[in-house]
Amino acid sequence: MRFVLDGAVIDLPEVDPTATVLDHLRYRMGRTGTKEGCAEGDCGACTVLVGELASEGVRWRAVNSCIQFLPMLHGKALMTVESLGNQPDAAAEVHPRNGEDSREARHSPLAPLQAMMAANGSSQCGFCTPGFVMSLHGRAIGARGCELPVADVIAGNLCRCTGYGPILAAGEAVDRIVRDDTALAALLAGIAAEGASGEWRGRKWFAPRSKDELAALLARHPDARMVAGATDVGLWVTKGLKTLDTVIFLGDVADLAAIEETGEAITLGAGARYADVHAPFARLHPDLGELVRRIGGLQVRNAGTVGGNIANGSPIGDGPPALIALGAELTLRGMAGRRTLPLEEYFLDYGKQDRRPGEFVESIRIPRPGPGTVIHIAKLSRRFDSDISAVCGAFALTVEDGTITRARVAFGGMAATPRRAGACEAALTGKPFGEAAIEAAAQALGHDFAPLSDVRGSSAYRLEAAANLLRRLWLREQGQAISVLDLEGLDG
Amino acid sequence: MAERDPAWKVLEKPRHPHDSARIHVTGEARYADDLAEPADMLHLAFGQSGEAHARIAAMDLSAVRATEGVVAVYTAADIPGANDVSPFAGDDRLLADGEVLCHGQAVFLVAATSQRAARLAARLGRIEYAPLPAAITAAQARAAGSLIEPTQRMARGDAASALESSVHRLSGRFEMGGQDHFYLEGQVAVATPGEDGQMHVLSSTQHPSEVQHLVAHMLGRSSADVTVEVRRMGGAFGGKETQAALFAGAAALVAAKTGRPAKFRCDRDDDMVMTGKRHPFEVAYDVGFDDAGHLLGLRLHLASPCGATVDLSPAINDRAMFHADNCYFLPDVEIVSERLKTHTVSATAFRGFGGPQGMLAIERIIDHVAAHLAKDPLEVRQANLYGPGREVTQYGMRVADNIAPQLIARLRETSRYDERARAIDAFNAKSPVIKKGIALTPVKFGISFTTTHLNQAGALVHVYADGSIQVNHGGTEMGQGVYVKVAQVVADVFCVPLGVVRVTSTRTDKVPNTSATAASSGADLNGMAAYNAAMAIRERLAAFLARTYRREETEVHFTPGGVLVGAETLDFAAVARKAHLGRISLSSTGFYATPGIEYDRDAHQGRPFYYFAYGASVSEVAIDILTGEHKVLAVDILHDVGRSLNPVIDLGQIEGGFVQGQGWLTTEELVWDDQGRLLTHSPATYKIPTASDRARRFTIALWDGENVEPTINRSKAVGEPPFMLAISVFSALNRAIAATVPGKRGLPPLDAPATPERILKAIAEYRQTGHGLP
Repeated sequence: MRFVLDGAVIDLPEVDPTATVLDHLRYRMGRTGTKEGCAEGDCGACTVLVGELASEGVRWRAVNSCIQFLPMLHGKALMTVESLGNQPDAAAEVHPRNGEDSREARHSPLAPLQAMMAANGSSQCGFCTPGFVMSLHGRAIGARGCELPVADVIAGNLCRCTGYGPILAAGEAVDRIVRDDTALAALLAGIAAEGASGEWRGRKWFAPRSKDELAALLARHPDARMVAGATDVGLWVTKGLKTLDTVIFLGDVADLAAIEETGEAITLGAGARYADVHAPFARLHPDLGELVRRIGGLQVRNAGTVGGNIANGSPIGDGPPALIALGAELTLRGMAGRRTLPLEEYFLDYGKQDRRPGEFVESIRIPRPGPGTVIHIAKLSRRFDSDISAVCGAFALTVEDGTITRARVAFGGMAATPRRAGACEAALTGKPFGEAAIEAAAQALGHDFAPLSDVRGSSAYRLEAAANLLRRLWLREQGQAISVLDLEGLDG
Repeated sequence: MAERDPAWKVLEKPRHPHDSARIHVTGEARYADDLAEPADMLHLAFGQSGEAHARIAAMDLSAVRATEGVVAVYTAADIPGANDVSPFAGDDRLLADGEVLCHGQAVFLVAATSQRAARLAARLGRIEYAPLPAAITAAQARAAGSLIEPTQRMARGDAASALESSVHRLSGRFEMGGQDHFYLEGQVAVATPGEDGQMHVLSSTQHPSEVQHLVAHMLGRSSADVTVEVRRMGGAFGGKETQAALFAGAAALVAAKTGRPAKFRCDRDDDMVMTGKRHPFEVAYDVGFDDAGHLLGLRLHLASPCGATVDLSPAINDRAMFHADNCYFLPDVEIVSERLKTHTVSATAFRGFGGPQGMLAIERIIDHVAAHLAKDPLEVRQANLYGPGREVTQYGMRVADNIAPQLIARLRETSRYDERARAIDAFNAKSPVIKKGIALTPVKFGISFTTTHLNQAGALVHVYADGSIQVNHGGTEMGQGVYVKVAQVVADVFCVPLGVVRVTSTRTDKVPNTSATAASSGADLNGMAAYNAAMAIRERLAAFLARTYRREETEVHFTPGGVLVGAETLDFAAVARKAHLGRISLSSTGFYATPGIEYDRDAHQGRPFYYFAYGASVSEVAIDILTGEHKVLAVDILHDVGRSLNPVIDLGQIEGGFVQGQGWLTTEELVWDDQGRLLTHSPATYKIPTASDRARRFTIALWDGENVEPTINRSKAVGEPPFMLAISVFSALNRAIAATVPGKRGLPPLDAPATPERILKAIAEYRQTGHGLP
């Protein structure tokens, strides 16, 4: 496999398919500026930028290198904190009389962002700092998600020392940098032309470039582990210490990542990453956009795919409840062809999905809500950003002439799978859209769910909060402020 | 002949950034795991206990040994010297010896050629346990009569009579959770064997001397054979005061036994399971007060599950008692402090060191009194402050530097507290779902180790013949900026630019017998020791120049323009060169011991603190009564750092401390199951604040004043005190919850951390009960 680092092609004839990019940087290349804080994609200390060929040239993304596997870099460009170009100039000397000035002179100048962060107290212990530098540098060079507010861009970077104030200020103040990636794009085009594969100590890996190639590979290796963004599978390796025997990386399957927006629906390939669906989802409904904003940090959304979030069948995945409520359909493709099913039918039981050997999730179709549809999607977690839901609720009520003609209600965190709330829906359907129906439906959730108690919330809290999310929907319709996130801080 | 005594007044406040800021942002700053690994480096992992309390009946480590890459596997029997990594009580084992005391305890140690091999192998140990009764919760420990030391009592006057005769009397109880340090750099140590039995340990530790002594005893060597070094830590917050010794000890054991360098870099999840955290506390109180809210009598019961071993729990719980007054005069008071021994990981030092727990207790009591009297809690706070005729603490120390009344009054005004409180009432009246609350809470934090002998420090200053200066001291750098502060002190002594002074890594072979960098004391103690070292050299230089130029010593002046000797001006490098040729020693140690402090722990009376640091904050919050979600909307802080040594550093400590405290009281929840397993052992489940949790409006002002004591530059310690400013967030949340039932006189039953679930529960209970907490 080959990738580009600081303009040079790095050629690795043999790679452990589940070696992480972080370990390779730190322990093979001696580039120790990138840090390991958690090895599970939750702290951002290992943030690097990965550039991929795109229509506009090179599209950069901030990702957590601790849970990116090396083969995922094939045909891509890598940028680490060392790439920003500050190297001590050995020729200069420190003159004791004017030590302060000459110590500055000993180094080549810092990038404006770095200079600002160094001067304004953005670092204390400094360990998380390179990760913040890379996230904010990404924002400056127009990387994916750069249009987001600074706080959102660094929501996946934890700092335990500063309280974030100076970092936010530096992020706000830095100017946009225009990169000329023409040469890099040409370099990438040269090495990314064909799919890569390899073998390491009997363990095979493949990085197909089309769905057809993928389908053929799966036919040959039905037990292969498919890895899209590795935001989940990465932890099997770094935390579970698992060995994956045959791995198919989906990141280069171009036609699996397509996003098509029409007046009727959004259809997205299973490989579409959360960062890429953020804007289309927000256009479908603001609540859906807000939900995406709160899925992981930007680094996680830059890697994690909607399809992966569905395919792994997590009971607390944030995408599925909303997509179920919106009436999404899932298309799977296998040796026998394609089949399409309502998304909720894919989730059979805890850890059990309706995916047959050799099948892969191909696409998700989300119909646009018709006129008169009242939508409310809400995620409850201990922390707003980069947290996992205690409860994720989604409601789509079709109201015609004051009557609820259709109700789709789905929850995550309430059962072993993301699931619709049949009793709740029944209590709404056919009723006048009003407080009585809402209250009856809220009560009905007790028939739909008997949630577990775990670290994210007790059963009682989950039930009560789930019911209150429905009450919220009604209050919002009445014009009430319903979320503390809607409040602005006081003026300075 | 010093032109300026240690307490000189500097009008200009230097704004030097952190000394490593440049290499932080470039990624060049090196942490323990960043040094190139020798080819024969071994990597380590612990086999951990799967039981909370059990006798080890049998251990089969054959599968561990058979794992590819494993070079050695050790158990307690392989330790040549003392199997002890504890700070003083001798009860923390490097490797379990026959009995395990908590889940995750280190039972055996694996050394392998790769980190993955070591970690994989460590999971393959087959350990047979004979379970013993385990106390997981405080209640279980209390029922079993399990304590780490006898219950302590700190009292003044007659609390019982005062309570009897009070017009009003309330009782209540609440709980607050612990806190994981979540330093971004996990525990790490690299041990390199030297010749003739010597050992070098690069450790991410706040306490190199303790690691040195423990490693020496563990290996059966002398302290002189062991050198411990730390250039910087990627955060510590108290979590590397005693906890680093386990990993350093393991690395040293392997290095000594195999003769190969050994690195222990702990996995994040293992780190969270295996290392101590802040003490959770249970608080119960009985308080008597008058119509104006003056506290007349208080009986306060503090109980903390301290975990399986003593660690620093006695001093931490003492500090909770010392801070149960905060800024308030408690005329008749009895504080009883119960230190429970549980079969969970031993709780340890964490920024504030018990102070936050004691302070949250009294602030909640004040909130309760105010709620009962239907007064603004700020009125009750101000009515109870220390003042003339009421200036002695419950432990008999006079509060000689009390600026709390003025500081609070100033912040009340600058934050427009009263106006905002009225606006919030108006908002709440017409907002059914979102309720807001505001609170102003003060901080008075005692500065000094309460174990008096720890209040000492050493430093070593070298002036080289080219005029450059190196300073080394006992303080460790964990991000708090002690290196740059000490460098500034030395630069000021010689009147040279800061860049002339190089601070080198903290090493036990340069400055011996140091105390932990803790108790906020780093700059106070080491700054003064470095000052003394630098002054010794400067005095030698002055005497030498006076002799050489036939002048009086009083005619030698160190100025920013150079060294003046009568009419001559020499640059500092020239002075250094001349002095070297003149055979003058250009190196000196310096030493400092905090004066005037003494404490009788048996009676809990004395002057444990050199001085107090003060501050106050106003927090405005909003809650959602349907989900229990909350947001901190605005924070205004006025904080006292005396005459700041470095405002950039100090402001950073204040903001960072506040946000960390906010995390403790809101999003950071530790959950153990009933078997004593920590369930929140990763950042996926344990949530420290992110950037958006910081209030969008956040103002910090420094109090314009100086330390009444002659500290270095009349500055004050800043590491811990700001943490407790975040109590205003908790207090404001209470008021927001109380706003759900307007006019009710009672306190919502809220425990910390105030997670959405706890807030929702407090709202429900507050609505149901007649008057909130009775």
